[in-house]
Amino acid sequence: MPIEPVILFFILGLLAGLVRSDLKIPGVLYESLSIFLLLAIGLKGGVELSRYALTDLLGQALIVVLVATLIPLAAFPILHRFGRLARADAASIAAHYGSVSVVTFAVAASFLARLGEPAEGYLVVFLVLLEFPALLIGVILARRTTGATRWGALLHEVLSGKSIVLLVGGLLIGWVAGGEGIKPLDKLFFDLFKGMLAFFLLEMGLVAASRLADLRRSGPFLLAFATVMPPCAGLLGIVTANELGLSVGGAVLLATLYASASYIAAPAAMRIAVPEANPALSIGAALGITFPFNLLVGIPLYHWLAVKLQGVA
Amino acid sequence: MGTRLSLRKLLTIVCEAELEASIVRDLKALGAKGYTITDARGYGTHGTRDAAWPSSANIRIEVLCGEESALAIIAHLEERYYADYGIVSFLVDAQVLRQDKF
Repeated sequence: MPIEPVILFFILGLLAGLVRSDLKIPGVLYESLSIFLLLAIGLKGGVELSRYALTDLLGQALIVVLVATLIPLAAFPILHRFGRLARADAASIAAHYGSVSVVTFAVAASFLARLGEPAEGYLVVFLVLLEFPALLIGVILARRTTGATRWGALLHEVLSGKSIVLLVGGLLIGWVAGGEGIKPLDKLFFDLFKGMLAFFLLEMGLVAASRLADLRRSGPFLLAFATVMPPCAGLLGIVTANELGLSVGGAVLLATLYASASYIAAPAAMRIAVPEANPALSIGAALGITFPFNLLVGIPLYHWLAVKLQGVA
Repeated sequence: MGTRLSLRKLLTIVCEAELEASIVRDLKALGAKGYTITDARGYGTHGTRDAAWPSSANIRIEVLCGEESALAIIAHLEERYYADYGIVSFLVDAQVLRQDKF
């Protein structure tokens, strides 16, 4: 199977970072690209959503979110007991892994499009819903013994963060406009999407390379965790998708959501809510290991598993 | 001209960009009448902060104020942020026009 070309941009960025190239994507471009990607993903999901009855999705959404809470709840004791990480560090990493990576989801969607594998477009709604519960769980896990949390500030940080605002905003705009109404914007948001994603992945390759240095100090346990946790969570996603009767494509997307670790919303929220946690550990694992793992190995693996387990509920 | 200048303190804070909202709130509460924020990059005990993406970005906050406010702000920063965040602050004398502004 030919490799997904956008992933080659990620590898290029990674290599450029590793050889210490002077290649640098300006911070404003990073911001602009992430705004574009979040809006485009939201819009696309919203257009798909307008074809479904919202009440049909409520039950599914509830199950998807409830099952997803198992991920941080399982990750925390593994990291805290077996990995001997401090409570705050274990809780923060658990929150990163419980939350989701929008870009990993976008790469999985383009992987499926390339294979001609259809998927339920409304899974973008789950992307939005899965972003924040794990962050709240992480804070509760970190705080079980000590200190008070400024819940107001945390909720504000999480719910007014740009990823939620743009994803939900895009969803609503796409939902209100519908497939026909969004046509004039197609060229910008849908036709250019892959090119923008390629740019963004080039940047993420550079950033991921710069995070690898942190990991050298964090030891083999975290490395192992960052590669073993995603396939386990991915399998949970496929089983859940089969229970819900989703297509193979839908199962791959849900597996990717469960397997991915957040590196945009979670670091910002954890920095505010659990400041004593070392961000080098959580970001190093999520971005330095899990993100490349999911891109290069995880997504094709989840597809293979979803095909094998199709109809097994 | 020299006679119209009066002495104030220039407090400079270099910290993680994620602290901006929180520190700005604190500054206002502790009597700062204004501040200037610039994006910053650099290197220190927290490694290279290259601003390539939000989690590795720094900011530099500058506040002109009286000595009393400056000391109160520094004491608060030390208590609230120094243990867990990448942050340095330092205080120097500054001569300003229009002293009632600061």
